[in-house]
Amino acid sequence: MQHAQDDHTAQRDEPSALSQALPIIMGYLPVGFAYGVLAVKAGLSLANTGLMSILVYAGSAQLIAVDMIGSGAPASSVIATAFIVNLRHVLFSAALSPFLASWPVRRIARFCFEMTDETFALHATRFHNRQLSARKTLAINLLAHTGWIVGGIAGAVAGGFVPDVKPLGLDYALPAMFAVLLVGQLLSPAHILAAVLGGSLALIISQTDASAYATLAGAVIAAATAAFTPWTSKRSS
Amino acid sequence: MDQQTILLTVLGMAAVTYLPRVVPALFFASRPMPEALRRFLSVVPPAVLGALLAQSVLLEKGALNLSFDNAFLWASALTSLLAWRTKGFFGPVLAGLCFVALWRAVF
Repeated sequence: MQHAQDDHTAQRDEPSALSQALPIIMGYLPVGFAYGVLAVKAGLSLANTGLMSILVYAGSAQLIAVDMIGSGAPASSVIATAFIVNLRHVLFSAALSPFLASWPVRRIARFCFEMTDETFALHATRFHNRQLSARKTLAINLLAHTGWIVGGIAGAVAGGFVPDVKPLGLDYALPAMFAVLLVGQLLSPAHILAAVLGGSLALIISQTDASAYATLAGAVIAAATAAFTPWTSKRSS
Repeated sequence: MDQQTILLTVLGMAAVTYLPRVVPALFFASRPMPEALRRFLSVVPPAVLGALLAQSVLLEKGALNLSFDNAFLWASALTSLLAWRTKGFFGPVLAGLCFVALWRAVF
């Protein structure tokens, strides 16, 4: 069950869209399911539950939103919170932009609609390895998004009946994918410094009142430090 | 909140989520990127992955879990080692999943 990703043959031997999207789908199904259960409990109709997965498609923001709606928060503060929690996508979009510059505007717009932590992490690595097929890229996005929507609707339909998925270890699928992708990103001292700093800072920020900014602020400070310290810039490419 | 208001909330959330996703990509699609920004963005993927991995492994319901009974800690060490040695993708993920399932069955 292994897909060799040797640098020389990376483009020809790129694994199928489904096998690359599979860890994301395995992670999204149970989390999406949990979202669906909580959304219905918070008073969302089945249609609105599904619509949020289709149009917003952002795990943590959706879970926070249904919690806020359930506790009677006003719409404006739910929307403002979603904006803050999802602001980190600015960084993802900018980081991938050099690889998208040759695409037609409509395709960029469609690609960015399905940008998540997980699809960003996967595509950043694929694009770096010159795996730039637009068809495969959009197929991966659609498969992952479908997994998220299906999980959410299944959760909403199942309602109170929540089978315990923990014994299967599926909640480890996304951390596992992050680990594999991170190993592939450790390309230079600057990259290693960025990863170590990003992890440490995100953990520290996650323990403060600014925890909604943990990923964004941690990654920005880490990347800026790694990119502009004399120690790393001399050796990095 | 009635369903009509929830619908409007969903639409508002969709708008404020999509804008940060799409504006930077469209902006830099049509103009050159400053060298300093390019250099910064080249190390954004490892910085983001470090942040995501650390949080997904070491945070349990928002609280730090740095103890040895954190199954994800061991599983991610196994997954990373396999990914590094084999250059595989799905194999290391699957091995980690089996490890976590086994861990939970035993402990």
